[in-house]
Amino acid sequence: MTMKTSTRQVNGVTVVDLSGRITLGEGSVVLRDTVRDLLSKGNKKILLNLGEVNYIDSSGIGELVSAFTTVRNQGGDLKLLNLTKKVHDLLQITKLYTVFDVKDDEAKAVKSFS
Amino acid sequence: MQGEPDPKAPEQIAYMSGRRVSYTLDSTLETVNSAEETASRIAAEAGFGDEDITRIAMAVREAAVNAVLHGNAYDPGKKVTLAFERTAVDLVITIRDQGRGLDMSKIPDPLAPENLLKTSGRGIFIIRSFMDEVEIHPSQAGTEIKLTKHVHGSNLDGKEASQ
Repeated sequence: MTMKTSTRQVNGVTVVDLSGRITLGEGSVVLRDTVRDLLSKGNKKILLNLGEVNYIDSSGIGELVSAFTTVRNQGGDLKLLNLTKKVHDLLQITKLYTVFDVKDDEAKAVKSFS
Repeated sequence: MQGEPDPKAPEQIAYMSGRRVSYTLDSTLETVNSAEETASRIAAEAGFGDEDITRIAMAVREAAVNAVLHGNAYDPGKKVTLAFERTAVDLVITIRDQGRGLDMSKIPDPLAPENLLKTSGRGIFIIRSFMDEVEIHPSQAGTEIKLTKHVHGSNLDGKEASQ
């Protein structure tokens, strides 16, 4: 039920692999802390791999938006990779699909930051 | 034929006869998760397909979040009431809190360009998107939200058709 994250560096881009649920409570807090920690270390090119995120609620959506605007405000960029159908549908109906830069190929996504 | 209860499924018969099941829950985060899980189970028992089950469970989760956070504000002295009623054609879910009553005029349109990047305010919109009918009744004694999902179009039809 809980969310797990791991980060890796690929050609200057920090790829964050997330799995589980981004919901009110622990999931949202983990995402917030992860992004905050990356920014504090100067990692401003962030690619969130949501391929293993099978559930997200309105709080989780809010946390994604918060992460996006926080990174942008610090001169960086945050993109999304590998949306599951549930997350994709939710971003569609909330009109956020066009706000986020959504990718489905990691190599191309990493290149797009430069 | 739709509406014929399976004699091997007593719980389904109970719902078919209009039985109402209700729960009184504390104003905690656990209640939000519990409400979602219960909604998922009851929607599955009612014969809805996977996509509808997810949508119903998510709508109930969002309503429970509103009740616990915005309605009762985690007040341990206030309860959340969650009720499920299965009629021949609908699954009706009612979530009630004991807060001050939701101010509908303060709910922004989350799709408006100026609100797209706001970090909150999407719960009611998601509920309306995922359910067939939504009624919100705020009062000084709290807010009641009634969610309805029509049974037709669910897997119940498909299962019966294949038998």
